[in-house]
Amino acid sequence: MSDRRDFFGKALGAFAGLGALGALYAAKRTWDPLPSVKAAGFTTIDLSNTQENVLYTEMWRGKPIFVIKVPKNAKPSEAPNGNMENAYDDKRLIKVGDSKFFIAIGLCTHLGCIPAYYPDKHKFICACHGGQFNAAGEVLKSPPPSPLVIPPFTVKGMKVVLGEAGPEYKKLKEAGLVA
Amino acid sequence: MAHFDPNAKPFSHQWMNDRLAIDTLKRVLSTEYWIPKNINFLWAMGMVLAATFGVLLISGIFLLMYYIPDTKLAFDSVNHTIMGEVGYGWLWRHMHAVAASVVFLIIYIHMFTGIYYGSYKRGRELIWLSGMLLFVTFSAEAFSGYMLPWGQMSYWAGMVITNLFSLGSLDLQGLVEWIRGDYVPGQAFLGRFFMLHVVLLPLIIMALIVLHFGTLRIPHVNNQDGEEIDFEAEAEKWKAGKRKEAKVIPFNPVFMSKDVFVLGIYFIIYFYLVFYHFEFAMDPVNFDPADPLKTPPHIYPEWYFLWSYEILRPFSKNAGLIAFGFAQVIFFFLPFLDRSPNVAPASRRGLFKFWFWALLIDMIVLTIMGKVPPIGIYTTIGTIAAWTFILLWVALPFITKLEKPIRGQK
Repeated sequence: MSDRRDFFGKALGAFAGLGALGALYAAKRTWDPLPSVKAAGFTTIDLSNTQENVLYTEMWRGKPIFVIKVPKNAKPSEAPNGNMENAYDDKRLIKVGDSKFFIAIGLCTHLGCIPAYYPDKHKFICACHGGQFNAAGEVLKSPPPSPLVIPPFTVKGMKVVLGEAGPEYKKLKEAGLVA
Repeated sequence: MAHFDPNAKPFSHQWMNDRLAIDTLKRVLSTEYWIPKNINFLWAMGMVLAATFGVLLISGIFLLMYYIPDTKLAFDSVNHTIMGEVGYGWLWRHMHAVAASVVFLIIYIHMFTGIYYGSYKRGRELIWLSGMLLFVTFSAEAFSGYMLPWGQMSYWAGMVITNLFSLGSLDLQGLVEWIRGDYVPGQAFLGRFFMLHVVLLPLIIMALIVLHFGTLRIPHVNNQDGEEIDFEAEAEKWKAGKRKEAKVIPFNPVFMSKDVFVLGIYFIIYFYLVFYHFEFAMDPVNFDPADPLKTPPHIYPEWYFLWSYEILRPFSKNAGLIAFGFAQVIFFFLPFLDRSPNVAPASRRGLFKFWFWALLIDMIVLTIMGKVPPIGIYTTIGTIAAWTFILLWVALPFITKLEKPIRGQK
């Protein structure tokens, strides 16, 4: 008798467990980003009429994108971690036409605040936790653990499409320079 | 076979008793639930919390009738419709905001009372653990509610807190996007946090309150001396009419009358705040609508999260996350980290006395440092206070192990 009851208990438990797993999967999928959200993931930026050392802010996937046409001398006014390199020589800059551009997601890699750009100091300062970056997005002062992230991009003449990984982006990524 | 008296009039006492055992229920849950006499006003904080939760629930129901969980409409539905048009809408909002802030003050008093008197061990471990679960759920409830007006602080606090789930160098962007349902906080995010705030989390809180009361019923509440009371023997004295001699009083009506007195004083202060000083619970930055392209110059959480936020701040990303995680869970382990058998006020427990006051002062320092901008001397003080918090918890098992047993305790 008890064998039969045990068997029914186990069978019921197994089916209930399967049902619970299915329900969990459905719940997980319900919380996934919607297809319409994912599809709206491409942004084109025209760089033909940009001025040097001015911060332009664009939007890509709801995130702010920083664009700066970096001037020849973009030395930060000071760097607490000693990195006084001229941002113009940084390998992370993207060559479009005859100029070098800094393009990155404008969210601090610490906790996602938007750093402010100080053109005269050639650096970004984040008001939340005091992080600093140079004009190529390299860290000058922690807590940010890594440089500002370069989004997937492809260069098309004087335009840049964000969300599509072109050859220049792949090269940067292989060199470990995108973030 | 149950016996139902056919002559009992419907809804008469006997009729109800046959069907619901109301006399037994009343006895077990109130008139013969015994409370020690040797307590003070701090023992009323549980009832104060239950009453404040009631206020939050009722004011929340009224807010829910006009609030719209849509990123384009949410801000105006709160700041224009509820505040400007709905009759007494301002009252519900201010009651809700003030109660949400004050409830954490009472929770902290309630917690530190428990820590001071050792009310988390010798049979009372589950009271502590269910209480900590309530604290965590209340925190989630407060955070999700803070998202709803969709102001600047809502948006950016949502951004910062959800980013924590990328877990530092593990860089789990997929998990963060899953929690938000988008690359950044948006409609999907507001919708799900609205659901959590008004349905799922309140249900969990109510279930946990029942569990918390349940865990209290057998070990009974502690008393000012940590004395182990024979509740049955003392109850017999009370029932035999030796009320002066008995060390206990019934929960209802004797203890409740004291509780209601404390509640009365509490509500005078609470409504003074609601009517004259509600602004402390309303951050001015959150009166700007959410703007994904403009971070407020200084992002900080509400005051009750500042101490754990400050533990996150002074460290580098990964170390900060580990320290933050530590701060979130370590209170759960209190009954097991305290190795002393003594149940007594901290003042009689040797080194533990210093530990208790050091922890309390350290958490106040962390709270203040979490509010000021992270510059200069504040960073230093914050770092020291964060390390102090961690080291205090590491030291706890050792200093309590050294503690001498108090006479008369096992």
